[in-house]
Amino acid sequence: MIEYIVGHINYWLIVAIMMVGLYTLMSRSNLVKKLAGLSMFQTAVILFYVSLGKVTGGTVPIISEQYSLYSNPLPQVLMLTAIVVGVATTALGFALVIRIKEAYNSVEENEISAMDEKE
Amino acid sequence: MEQLTILLIVIPLMVAPITALIPSEKVTWLLTLIVCLISLAISCYILYEVIDGSHVIYELGGWRPPWGIEYKIDSLNAFVALIVSAMGCLSCLFAYRSVPDEIEEKMIPLFYAAFQLCLLGLLGIALTGDIFNLFVFLEISSLATYALISMGKNRKALTAAFSYLILGTIGATFFLIGVGFLFAASGSLNTADIASRFDSFKDMQLVETALIFMVLGIALKAAIFPLHSWLPNAYSQAPSTVGIFLSATATKVSIYVLLRILYDLYPVDYWVNMLLPQIMLSLGCVAVIYGSYRAWQQTEMKRLLAFSSIAQIGYIVIGFSLVSQLGLTAAILHLFNHALIKSTLFIGAGILLYRANTTELGSLRGLGRDMPWTFAAITLAGLSLIGVPGTVGFVTKWYLLEAAVEKGMWIVVITIVLGSVLAIGYVWKIVENLYFRSKRKVHIQDVPSGDSAIAITPKTMSAALWIGAMLCIFFGLNTELSFEAASSAATALLKQ
Repeated sequence: MIEYIVGHINYWLIVAIMMVGLYTLMSRSNLVKKLAGLSMFQTAVILFYVSLGKVTGGTVPIISEQYSLYSNPLPQVLMLTAIVVGVATTALGFALVIRIKEAYNSVEENEISAMDEKE
Repeated sequence: MEQLTILLIVIPLMVAPITALIPSEKVTWLLTLIVCLISLAISCYILYEVIDGSHVIYELGGWRPPWGIEYKIDSLNAFVALIVSAMGCLSCLFAYRSVPDEIEEKMIPLFYAAFQLCLLGLLGIALTGDIFNLFVFLEISSLATYALISMGKNRKALTAAFSYLILGTIGATFFLIGVGFLFAASGSLNTADIASRFDSFKDMQLVETALIFMVLGIALKAAIFPLHSWLPNAYSQAPSTVGIFLSATATKVSIYVLLRILYDLYPVDYWVNMLLPQIMLSLGCVAVIYGSYRAWQQTEMKRLLAFSSIAQIGYIVIGFSLVSQLGLTAAILHLFNHALIKSTLFIGAGILLYRANTTELGSLRGLGRDMPWTFAAITLAGLSLIGVPGTVGFVTKWYLLEAAVEKGMWIVVITIVLGSVLAIGYVWKIVENLYFRSKRKVHIQDVPSGDSAIAITPKTMSAALWIGAMLCIFFGLNTELSFEAASSAATALLKQ
C-alpha cells in the first residue's frame, strides 16, 4: 500500500493541485481568483501529461548509439500546444474581467448577479 | 482532390488575420461570405464523394498515421462540415445589416475575424481524425466563441461570456484528461489506430475512466442536461448573428464529437453494458421535458429559443442512446434539421430585434401584423419545431418514434409526444404575442430620429430568413437527400 502511494507520488500531487484549482474555481466569487483556479486546474493537466512521458532510466529522446531507452517526447510536444491554449484562455478571461469591471464596477460574482437581477 | 479537405481549414486560417487588418466593414463582410461559400462548395463536393461509403484521406505534412495527423473523412464528417458551412453562409447573409447595427464600427473587422476562426474551429473538429488535434480545434472555436458572445450590446453578454469561458474550459480540460488517459493506455492519438488496437488494452481500468472524462467534458460543451446552465445566457445575450451561428452549429458539433467517441473510438459493446445508454436516455428525456417547460415559461424570445435548444438536444441524445441504426439515423438527421429550424427562428428573432430593438414578447405584441412575411416565416419554422407533417421537424420525430417503438421504450415515446405538446405551447406563445394580441406601441429605444430601420426589413435579412424557412419545408417534403446522408453516416458509425 505504502509502496503504491509512494510509487505514484507524482500523480497524487497532480491530483492535489487539480483539486485545489477546482475548489478555488468553485468556491471564490472573485472573478480574478476564479481564473487563477482555472489556470491551476489546467496546469495540473499539463503536469500530468509531462509526467506520463517520463520513462524510468530513459534519456532525452536524441538518437545515439550509447542509449537504447528514451523518454517519450510526444506528451511534451502536445503540452506546448496546451500551454498556448491555456495562456490564450487566461488572457481572454482577464480581458473579459476588465470589461466586466468597467461595465459593473465590480469583480465579485455575487454582486454582479445581484445587479443583473435588479434590471 | 485530397488537397481540397485541408483547404477547408487553411482558407479561414489565412483569411482571418487579413480580415482583422482591413478597416472596411463591407470588405470584411464580403471576405467572410466568400470564405463561407468556398467552405460550403468544398464540403458539398466532399459529401458527394464519400456518400457511397468511401473515404477521403489526407495526411498532414505527408506524415503517415499514427505518427502524423490524419484527416479521414467519411460521410458523417462531411455531413457535419456541410451543416457548419451552410449555417455559416446563412448567418453571414444575415450579418450584412445586423452587424453594423449591433457592433461598434472599429470592432467589425475583429468580429468577422473571430467569426471565421470559429468557423475554422468547428470545421476542424468535424474533419480531424486525431483526438488531440480535435482538442485544439475545440479550443480555437471556443475561444472565438467567447470573444463573439462578449460583443453583445447588453453588459450581461460579458458575464454570459465569462461563465461560458469558465465552464467551456472545464469541459475542454476534462476532455484533455480523458485523451491523456487513453494515450497512456494506447500510446496513440489517432482515432482509427486506437479503435483497431482496442482489444489489446481494453482491460485496463484507465480506458473506462478515459471514456467517462471525455463524455463528461463533451457533454458540458454540448449542453446536455444537467450541464446546460451556460447556454441560455450565452445564446440570448450574444449578437444576433452569433446567436444564429452558434445555435445552429456549436452544440451540434459537440454532439458529433460525442458520437465519434462512443461509436468510433470505443466499440459499442464496450459501453453498452456500462449503464451509459440508460443514463443518457433518461437525461435526454428529462432534457426534453425540462427544456420545453422552461421555454414555455420564458417571456423573451431569444431565451425561449435557447431553452428550446436544450430540449432539442435532448431529442438528439435520445436518438443516439437507443443504440440502433434507426435511432442513430434520427439523431444525425436531427443535427441537420434542428440546425435549420433553430437558425431560422433566431434569424426571425434577429429581425425583430433589428426592427423593434427588443425581443421581449410583451413589447412585440401585434408586430406580426405589420410584418406579415417575417411572421409567416417564423410560424413555418415554429411548426417545424413542433413537428407538423410536411416540415423537417416531423421527419426526425417520426424516425425517433419509430426507433423508440422498435426498442419497446414506451416511456421515450410518451416523452417525445409530451415534448411536442409543450412545443406547441411555447411556439403558440410567440405566435399569440406577435399576431393575436392587440397592438401596443412598440418601445423604440436608441433609434436615431429619421432612421428608417423600424420601417423596412433589410433584403439580406429577409433572404436569409426565407432561405431557412424554405429549406425547412424542402427537406420536410423531400426527405431522401438528407435521410440518405444521415443513414449513410449511421451505417459508417455502426459497422465496426
